Amino acid sequence: MIMAEKIVPLTGNYAIAEAMRQINPEVVAAYPITPQSSIVEMFSQFVSDGKVDTEMVRVESEHSAMSAVVGASLTGVRAMTATCSAGLALMWEIAGVASGLRCPIVMAIANRAISAPINIHCDHSDTMGARDLSWIQIYCENAQEAYETMFLALKLAEHKDVQLPVMVCEDGFITSHCVQNVKIYDDHVMRNFVGERKSVDNLFNFENPIAMGSIELQDYYFETKRQQQQAMSRALKVYLEVGNELSKVTGNDYGYVESYKMDDAEVAIITMSSSAGTTKTVVDRMREEGKKVGLIKLRLYRPFPHGEIRRSFKGIKAIGVLERAFAYGANAPLLSDVKSAIYELSEKPKLQSYVFGMGGRDLLEEHVEHAFNELLAGKTVKEEKYLGLRE
Amino acid sequence: MDKIIELRIHGRGGQGAKTAGQIIAEAALDNGKHIQAFPEYGPERTGAPMKTYVRISNSEIKTYSPVINPDIVMVIDPTLIGQIDVTSGMTDNDVLIVNTTRSSDKIKEKTGFNGKIYTVDATEISINHLGKNLPNTPMIGALIKVTGVVEMDFLIERVKNTFLDKIGEEKTNANIASIKQAYEEVK
Repeated sequence: MIMAEKIVPLTGNYAIAEAMRQINPEVVAAYPITPQSSIVEMFSQFVSDGKVDTEMVRVESEHSAMSAVVGASLTGVRAMTATCSAGLALMWEIAGVASGLRCPIVMAIANRAISAPINIHCDHSDTMGARDLSWIQIYCENAQEAYETMFLALKLAEHKDVQLPVMVCEDGFITSHCVQNVKIYDDHVMRNFVGERKSVDNLFNFENPIAMGSIELQDYYFETKRQQQQAMSRALKVYLEVGNELSKVTGNDYGYVESYKMDDAEVAIITMSSSAGTTKTVVDRMREEGKKVGLIKLRLYRPFPHGEIRRSFKGIKAIGVLERAFAYGANAPLLSDVKSAIYELSEKPKLQSYVFGMGGRDLLEEHVEHAFNELLAGKTVKEEKYLGLRE
Repeated sequence: MDKIIELRIHGRGGQGAKTAGQIIAEAALDNGKHIQAFPEYGPERTGAPMKTYVRISNSEIKTYSPVINPDIVMVIDPTLIGQIDVTSGMTDNDVLIVNTTRSSDKIKEKTGFNGKIYTVDATEISINHLGKNLPNTPMIGALIKVTGVVEMDFLIERVKNTFLDKIGEEKTNANIASIKQAYEEVK
């Protein structure tokens, strides 16, 4: 099917499904969960309309979905899935198997809160809870970025120096269900970009039969896990290489971060996903008023780009870390990573933790402006602050 | 920075407010604009008051906050007036479009809104053309007449794209006729 480049109205979920159609993976196994469901609904439509050659496995749970894609991936083919929240929680056991067996699975996530209380709306508790599972995590601001990131994620995952699974995260409902302008690139161009998966060690390579999933106790487990850590480190470099390659197709940049009006900024906010878009709008307005504010939008969360974050914040007076997750009894996840990244700066910026948007609570422009004004006034405290919370 | 036009649509679950918002946004995209369309997702129940938002701009729309200060508010179900604050966040420079048999003076009296008020009997138009009370599509006709956010040709093409496969040619044409009638009759 030939389709020229075009701009179409799509939700974040449909944009991701479009990327999956163009990728045309051999296997997709998924179980529906709000607000992810429409990714797989749309993709199932592509399967039933014969627009992809994918074997669609309709499983009875997310645990089975992840098991099916792990099994498929070990045979050397491309396997993808999508989930969020309780679905990701149910995958937990096999998600660790996916990274441990070095399966380059790409999984789209429409971020959603974790129960209880039961809540179908956005926060990042689900993927933050999975941040130490040895999955690469990339967070997307809007539908366009989610669409393009699917291609980057696939090549990154499958790169011989990486071979790790990737979560491509968008904000549930906020991005997943918002109809926006999305530029869809030509089918052939995108299929050429991803090419074929080149897997050497797999269960269907009968020239070189191997065993997978064997037990490793005190003798080898540690070395195997250390290899995962090394692969994560290499992923930092490969991420940029694949990003540069994708830039040649789309003309867009795929840095670890997007630096927005940071050149002469005195204070800055760092955040991920859709809140970065809202923050940009506030930065634009405050800049018109002559206030020197900027934004660091973090795309690549795992592996964490410590060096880039350190360089980004050199000379900044105060940083507000805006995030949609708690780390109960400790510093919020992104704050803790940013804090460790700036540790080596001789002149350390002040830091303020802002948790917002839990369970889909709206982040308003006035909340972001309030945070910027506090940073400009030097009103930073050790304690976590909240935006949009009723006291 | 280009001004973003912000629209809020009030309806009840099942009346097609979300679809109306999407059609307006998609037609505007076809018309060369940047768009966003998203409903406020609460507990979705048929008949319960709901809101949906649309943004239209000449340049990229970055914000993801809900629409707080709309330039235009469209009320698809007249029984919502008096039950919820449909003019919340509006100023005297903004525009209110209501599906009603009443006059704009009566709506002004009921809402206390001092901006421009336009009315159209979209329910009657819908029943005439479609045989059912589906006022969401004719209301789009009223909207584009009053605000000019989208050109009629782009709207008609988009309505065809949205409905043709789902409901067939006859009903699609009836929808288009209802849009045109509301376009003429809104005042």
